[in-house]
Amino acid sequence: MLKNYFKIAIAVLKRRKFFTFISLFGISFTLATLLVLTAFLDRIVNHEYPDAKRKQSLYISGIEERGERARSNSGLSISYIKRYVLPMKLPGAIAFSSRSNGTNTYFHGKKIGIDYKFVNSVFWDILEFDFLEGKPFTVQQEKNLEKVAVISQDLRDNYFGKDVPAVGQYLEANNEKYRVTGVVRNVPASTYMLSSDMYIPYTLTKDDMNTPSYFGEYAAILLAKKTSDIPAIKKEYEDIVRRVPHTQKRFLKTTSLADSYLDAYIRGGSQESKQKVWVYTALGIFISLIVFLPIVNLVNINVTRIMERSSEIGVRKAFGATRKALVYQFIVENIILTLIGGLVGLVLAQLVMIILNNADLIKNLHLSLNFTVLFIGLLTCLVFGFLSGVYPAWRMSRFPIVKALKA
Amino acid sequence: MIKLQNIEKVYRTDTIETLALNGINLHVAKGEFLSIMGPSGCGKSTLLNIMGLLDEPSKGELHIDGHTVTRLSDKELAGFRNKRLGFIFQSYHLINDLNVLDNVELPLLYRKVNAKERRRLAAAALEKVGLSNRLQHFPSQLSGGQKQRVAIARAIVGEPEIILADEPTGNLDSAMGNEVMDILIQLNQHDKTTIVMVTHDEQMARKTHRLVRLFDGSQVQ
Ligand SMILES: Nc1ncnc2c1ncn2[C@@H]1O[C@H](COP(=O)(O)OP(=O)(O)OP(=O)(O)O)[C@@H](O)[C@H]1O
Ligand SMILES: [Mg+2]
Repeated sequence: MLKNYFKIAIAVLKRRKFFTFISLFGISFTLATLLVLTAFLDRIVNHEYPDAKRKQSLYISGIEERGERARSNSGLSISYIKRYVLPMKLPGAIAFSSRSNGTNTYFHGKKIGIDYKFVNSVFWDILEFDFLEGKPFTVQQEKNLEKVAVISQDLRDNYFGKDVPAVGQYLEANNEKYRVTGVVRNVPASTYMLSSDMYIPYTLTKDDMNTPSYFGEYAAILLAKKTSDIPAIKKEYEDIVRRVPHTQKRFLKTTSLADSYLDAYIRGGSQESKQKVWVYTALGIFISLIVFLPIVNLVNINVTRIMERSSEIGVRKAFGATRKALVYQFIVENIILTLIGGLVGLVLAQLVMIILNNADLIKNLHLSLNFTVLFIGLLTCLVFGFLSGVYPAWRMSRFPIVKALKA
Repeated sequence: MIKLQNIEKVYRTDTIETLALNGINLHVAKGEFLSIMGPSGCGKSTLLNIMGLLDEPSKGELHIDGHTVTRLSDKELAGFRNKRLGFIFQSYHLINDLNVLDNVELPLLYRKVNAKERRRLAAAALEKVGLSNRLQHFPSQLSGGQKQRVAIARAIVGEPEIILADEPTGNLDSAMGNEVMDILIQLNQHDKTTIVMVTHDEQMARKTHRLVRLFDGSQVQ
């Protein structure tokens, strides 16, 4: 029976080329979009270079002070981190890093743009960077205000030449000369909290490290000794924030959260939880739209096609097809159609990813089909096939025979 | 074989009510070849469709082979059509996406018959109607007479006790019409199949055992 449905489905698809084309186009296009999107999200959420201990970490990306009429929010200042974050008892280690700053440098007359970040030495303990050569700078070097830097592979290749060893060499940026202690594998720009061309000891910053202001350009990463400590660490930080004094009279409330990676990523610095909800909702709506529209379209095409095939339906019923058998047949047809569409979509997605990767739109982000994405893709296909088949099939199966034969 | 008691059929739309059949009482005996005639719109197709369980009467009772078949479930109706009835339509109603052999196999798909057996039975049915040389053709590649012969093969492949034919020769010229008629007569005489046929052709009707005339939804003879 199934084999026969299969045969009929293939025959129908082959003979109705226009319909097949439209449906396949819709399905494969949607799927490709979905696959690229999930690959992208997958990279952001699950790709763990260099923070492999993401599940064991909390991220403090900023702080907000708010009054009746005033509201300020920003990253953290070093003085705030020193006063309120570093003294925390539960975390096993605490790293902090500034946001990326841009500068230009010249080398052999070539202008090179550099992003640099100030980081503390613990940064190198918590995050598992791949060192292509050399090693991180040490606590000692940090304390001694040594002008040292860890640079990315990209910067090394640009500045010193492709694969030219850079450790021990000097690199000029911001009118200072930094000695390179190590070169790390590139971090995708989508991991914006961590990606940079150059990492410098925070002690070299020209910022006032004793400012009373909480606002600065730093974010902190708290590494728990074990994952189960996470809630307690969150709580500890909550209690601290509740007690920090307001920096100005006009402020009445201070908010700063120790978040999981994804929450911190989406929050993007804002401390309002409304924003988080909003981003999740928007993302949800967007994805459902992407999935939903083609289904409506498919259902529509399928319902229209019923009129075209009503004579077949009438004939099948007249010769003994039950409603169930007809529903089954149409669902099988749709699943086959969607699976073919799925395969085409897979190929399409792969092509798009190759193009995106080659265009290097987001620096160092290499999208690829992985098994999660493939699985999601195939599952989506089947759900599609099922959803877009059920309703038209059900409607069609209730069609009175006489009417179906007349149409 | 087929017994109709006080069959009434009313078509209702928002504005009009059409009484298509008005108190039909009819008995078709086993092995009988019955023809139905009457002017256009008198209710012939409606009557045939009701006998064939393709349509439901508004009132009255229908018995086939001793079973009361008014108000059966979808599954029971499907089983009845599949095993006991075979249809032939004026406009053939072949499935264009399938070749001749697959079209003829159709009724067997809804029975527990394996693929090999289906093939064999379909080929045998096509041989009976003289189309053994067209198994892989598609309907669009056949003449009207050939299409109707495929349709007959499909109607007889499951060896039903009853064949219902609605103007089977209506779209054919007289030579082809006679060919089709000869096949039906052969089926009736040889296989003892009960046949009810709607026709506009007096000559065809004369070749059958009995003629029923309808006028305006009522039986007049
Ligand atoms: N679905 C319907 N809705 C409303 N009226 C209908 C419907 N089907 C048939 N009728 C009416 O019922 C009557 C009988 O129709 P039927 O098709 O049985 O006629 P017929 O004798 O087969 O005619 P013909 O010789 O032209 O095929 C006609 O008056 C027709 O208009
Ligand atoms: Mg008619």
